[in-house]
Amino acid sequence: MTDAFSRSGGSRLRQRLQHGDLIFWLVALGFALLVVALLAIIVAVTWNGSDEARDTFGIIGFITSTEWNPVAGEFGAAPAIYGTVVSSIIALVLAAPPAIMIGVFLSDLCPARLRAPISMMVELLAAIPSVVYGMWGVFVLIPFYRTFIASPLSESVGEYIPLFAGPVAIGRGLLVAGMILAIMILPTIAAVSRDVLTVVPAHQKEAMLALGATRWEVIRHAQLPFARAGIVGGMMLGLGRALGETMAALMVIGNMPRIETSLFQPATTAAAQIASQLPTSQSELHASSLILMALVLFLITLVANSIARLLVWNVSRSSGGR
Amino acid sequence: MQPARTMRRYRRRTFVNRFMLILTVGSTGVALIPLVLILSYVFQQGIGAWGVEFFTDTYRPVSMGEGSIQTGGVLHAIVGTLIIVGVALLLAMPIGVMAGIYLAEYPGNRSATIIRFCTDVLTAMPSIVVGVTAYILIVQRTQQFSALAGSIALVVLMVPIITRTTEEMLRLVPEASREAAIALGAPKWWTTLTVVIPMAFSGIVTGILLALARAAGETAPLLVTVLGNNNLAYSIFEPMQALPLLAYRYTEQPFAEVNEQAWGAALLLVVIVLITNITVRLATRKRLSR
Repeated sequence: MTDAFSRSGGSRLRQRLQHGDLIFWLVALGFALLVVALLAIIVAVTWNGSDEARDTFGIIGFITSTEWNPVAGEFGAAPAIYGTVVSSIIALVLAAPPAIMIGVFLSDLCPARLRAPISMMVELLAAIPSVVYGMWGVFVLIPFYRTFIASPLSESVGEYIPLFAGPVAIGRGLLVAGMILAIMILPTIAAVSRDVLTVVPAHQKEAMLALGATRWEVIRHAQLPFARAGIVGGMMLGLGRALGETMAALMVIGNMPRIETSLFQPATTAAAQIASQLPTSQSELHASSLILMALVLFLITLVANSIARLLVWNVSRSSGGR
Repeated sequence: MQPARTMRRYRRRTFVNRFMLILTVGSTGVALIPLVLILSYVFQQGIGAWGVEFFTDTYRPVSMGEGSIQTGGVLHAIVGTLIIVGVALLLAMPIGVMAGIYLAEYPGNRSATIIRFCTDVLTAMPSIVVGVTAYILIVQRTQQFSALAGSIALVVLMVPIITRTTEEMLRLVPEASREAAIALGAPKWWTTLTVVIPMAFSGIVTGILLALARAAGETAPLLVTVLGNNNLAYSIFEPMQALPLLAYRYTEQPFAEVNEQAWGAALLLVVIVLITNITVRLATRKRLSR
């Protein structure tokens, strides 16, 4: 049997057949394929589970309908998707500038002795469980935000700009959710920015320095353009994390499936809506709609993350090749 | 005229330079403020809840009567987290480690690319989606919320972390060690098991610990699978309590004593996560610099 295999399979297969190598290879491959199977199962199961909602509303109808009323059997995902996207974009806008600056600081300016501890502290932000962020948001950030940010803003600029219109009831809403998410995604963006800035070839920096550039000019004109794609990739990774985050959003966003212009009004996100309603779903269609929402959420994060990976991967490949 | 203008421009450039450099330092400082604020607040609020009773008693309804209010403890949540995460670990460890071995020791073919891609997708997957899958597969089928469903969800979140770290750690093992073993006549699998894995052992443990810390703090998938339980439960086919779940549910309650217990649970979680992460980082740094 061994001979028959090796003759047809070439030298690589023959190598593996020797002394039980084939068995070990098969076992390892089997477990590795389990990883693929996990992903396939998730996609297949959520697709099957959302059958009823897809038949009733259609995918396009589901994501464009703004009505979410479990009692009347009306399920539209638009408010949840709106809340998810808007809170994540707020998070990105708030987190990206400081995070990129941290990347610059850690890759170039930080004294070598401080680099590891500061990196570690920034990354610890990513390790704190999201429920703790949510609790901190409820007990600390929201009271502070209501008194010092939301109320003054809504009473001054809010009169003219509908984005900041009041009333600020309990303070839960899109903006404060975006603020919490910003803290959570900051380490992701900072870490990727640091990594892609570190791989900028030294001769690029040296050329600028030789022309008499200041340190900031080197960063601005040599390093940031070189690492731009990678930094954008890091931002997309952060965006992906913010889109899928459940607990922090669930606890501070207010859980109202409505689309309001004002950022101070309560809203909801897809993940928050699923987490709060699935355990107590009132009908088959209700559960099925929440499952379809999970599938939509998965697809959105998959797109964000695929773009991110491509961008980061291109940067590290192009610098490695040169 | 000319030198004056050059001088002015030079001064502006140095000013911008200094301003931006200070801004980078400032941003780093600003980013560390929330870390300090959150950690100090959790410690301050949580330490008050810690006592003997907190670790040895289970839920007691808040009594509205006079005198001292007995609030019980969170033993049921500690036991629940241990069971849920323990079962998840038992299932995730072989899958993650073996997949990592496959990626590191048999690289360069198409299946490795596909598997690596799937690991990346799983890493980035929102945890609630995993929870929903476990909900459909187990809770809907059996008509019963159960700890097992939560464990299964956590497995999916742990596997990619373990796979990734195992692969990276095995890649750090010098090729010469493999060649030495093969030159002595050992088959490849024997080399992997007796030379490569022992050399990368602490790194693999690191990945498992990181996955454990992540799973211990994960709330969203447990919310839709394990549900929560105010009593001490040992059966994995029943609803159970877990520390992050308890922290979430107790936060939603209007009683200050119950909120304090939520902070106690949060502190316990933060301590677990911090100890794991710091230990892991110190251990990895030592090995990498050696």
